[in-house]
Amino acid sequence: MAQFRTCPDTGLYFHKSAESLIKANAVAAAVALLVAGVLGLLVVLTRWQAVHLLPADQFYMALTAHGIDALIFWIIFFEMAVLYVASSVLLRSRLATPFWGWVQFVLMLVGAIMTNWAIFQGNSSVMMTSYAPMQAAPHFYLGLILFAVGALIGCFVFFGTLVVAKQEKTYDGSIPLVTFGAVTAAIIAVFTIASGAIILVPTFFWSIGYISHIDAEMYRIVWWGMGHSSQQINVAAHVAIWYLIAGLVFGARPMSEKVSRSAYLLYILFLQLACAHHILVDPGVSAEWKVFNTSYAMYLAVLASMIHGLTVPGSIEVAQRAKGFNNGLFEWLRKAPWDNPVFSSMFISLVTFGFLGGITGVVMGTEQINLIIHNTIYVPAHFHATVVTGTTMAFMGVTFFLIPVLFRRQMILPGLAKLQPYIFGGGMTILILFMLGAGTLGVSRRHWDMDFTGAALGFDYPGMAYTLMGIGAFGGVIGVVGGAAFLLITVGSLLFGKKLEPSAGLLQSFGVPLAASCYTDERPAILPRAAAAEGHHGSSFEAPGTFVLALVLLVTFVVYYFINWKYLASVWQLS
Amino acid sequence: MKETSDKPEKDQEEKIPAMQTLIDNPFLLLFIGVAMPTVFYLIWGIMEIVTIPVAP
Repeated sequence: MAQFRTCPDTGLYFHKSAESLIKANAVAAAVALLVAGVLGLLVVLTRWQAVHLLPADQFYMALTAHGIDALIFWIIFFEMAVLYVASSVLLRSRLATPFWGWVQFVLMLVGAIMTNWAIFQGNSSVMMTSYAPMQAAPHFYLGLILFAVGALIGCFVFFGTLVVAKQEKTYDGSIPLVTFGAVTAAIIAVFTIASGAIILVPTFFWSIGYISHIDAEMYRIVWWGMGHSSQQINVAAHVAIWYLIAGLVFGARPMSEKVSRSAYLLYILFLQLACAHHILVDPGVSAEWKVFNTSYAMYLAVLASMIHGLTVPGSIEVAQRAKGFNNGLFEWLRKAPWDNPVFSSMFISLVTFGFLGGITGVVMGTEQINLIIHNTIYVPAHFHATVVTGTTMAFMGVTFFLIPVLFRRQMILPGLAKLQPYIFGGGMTILILFMLGAGTLGVSRRHWDMDFTGAALGFDYPGMAYTLMGIGAFGGVIGVVGGAAFLLITVGSLLFGKKLEPSAGLLQSFGVPLAASCYTDERPAILPRAAAAEGHHGSSFEAPGTFVLALVLLVTFVVYYFINWKYLASVWQLS
Repeated sequence: MKETSDKPEKDQEEKIPAMQTLIDNPFLLLFIGVAMPTVFYLIWGIMEIVTIPVAP
């Protein structure tokens, strides 16, 4: 018999098995974030040429582990927790096959440890991309394969839970929008993992000598089907969290369920095709393939992001105006709870994802202007805007919400928690902006020494490039301080936070269920059909402030796009 | 009387738009979401690589 617990503060229902799995995956994610953050600090302090901390071999080892721990292990462990929340908790359903849920967790954990072990042994410093013919130790690939198989099992536990919820009629009507966002993330995850299997399994056999040759170009195309799509899972998941937090903090309802779901459908259809922008300067594929996959299909996914970027703050504005914050264009925003880290993390995530990640993504996805910045440090600047200030901050925001609700502990250091999103978001934004500038000046990504000391063919970057890298690194250090504050608050709360439920002990913070008396065999009430949004049919704009913000984004994009084309023209020296 | 009250309900049940049917079916979405990038990104891209002539 399925057992459920009702959160006394929020009314959310937690199925016992799902609750344990959510906790275990979230804690594993936090550990990966800790490792990634420490390594990120080492990388930043090495690329800051005035400090230049690590020797070359350790730098490439740290960079490899930083990329994989941050972009794969932290994110996907957390996304497993998101999938279980979006299916079991939001649909008020028991989790399908908890046993396979634990198989997911164990496989991912073993895989993550194995790959890290391979990297820190020192003979697998092949970067996250591990481009063939560079070869890592066999257990580097094996760890990634095990991790991917675990994640695939997690996706099917999620889909199974949707089937259980539908069969047992735990909800009325369509699944909630947040769950639909998680469906989108899980679909992208299945393609991601399939691509990973197609390329990593033969690469593993190559590493142990069973296959003699891996074609470098074939590797790049198929690997990016995994490498970039894994970041598209993040986009779908963190947009779902934006909607979730807007609902939790403001009681906001989507301005139009139809429009938001259609935008997710655009993600399902087109988002994964953006993998092609990594191949834009590769000689082996045609312009037709490049242009269709990036400049056409990708823009439809960008359109979807713009819709979400408009509807999430728009729904908040409508909710705030309904509460009486109607003065001028932005009273609704000024009076938002900026000292609530759940909201401030989410809003910084939304703004930085749109202005920094979105705009630079379009620039990178355009074949011609991509040439200016391809493989420069502009690229990590872009994906730090999407994955760090975008996804990670959204995940941080929802974690602050989950500490009392899921873990039943009171958050420690509330004063620091109020500041944490600004420290982390501010520091990372400085890092991103100055890396964008340095990349535009041609500074290489993944390069240990900007001075090219001892190189047969030297190259002198302008002095400004060193200044930009130094300021960016300073921002990175601030960002790491913000990340450390997040871990201090969250892990500290799990260990030392006041218990909101007497049985919420140390082991319960890591996945052991609460006392039996907290759970009941009684099934939760059916989740009612979402009511249609009201008051959305007037003749005037319902969210004029959001409309102005959208125009600001558009103008910023147009100006920045122009600057890049102008810069390209100056490179040609034709005008 | 009974007939008239049943009819609108029936009509309502029957009038599920095609897009709604698609969006409410996660497995159909899964198929489309995997097929699209598999065809346009992977298969098309791989075909381009395998048709490059081998250097003499």
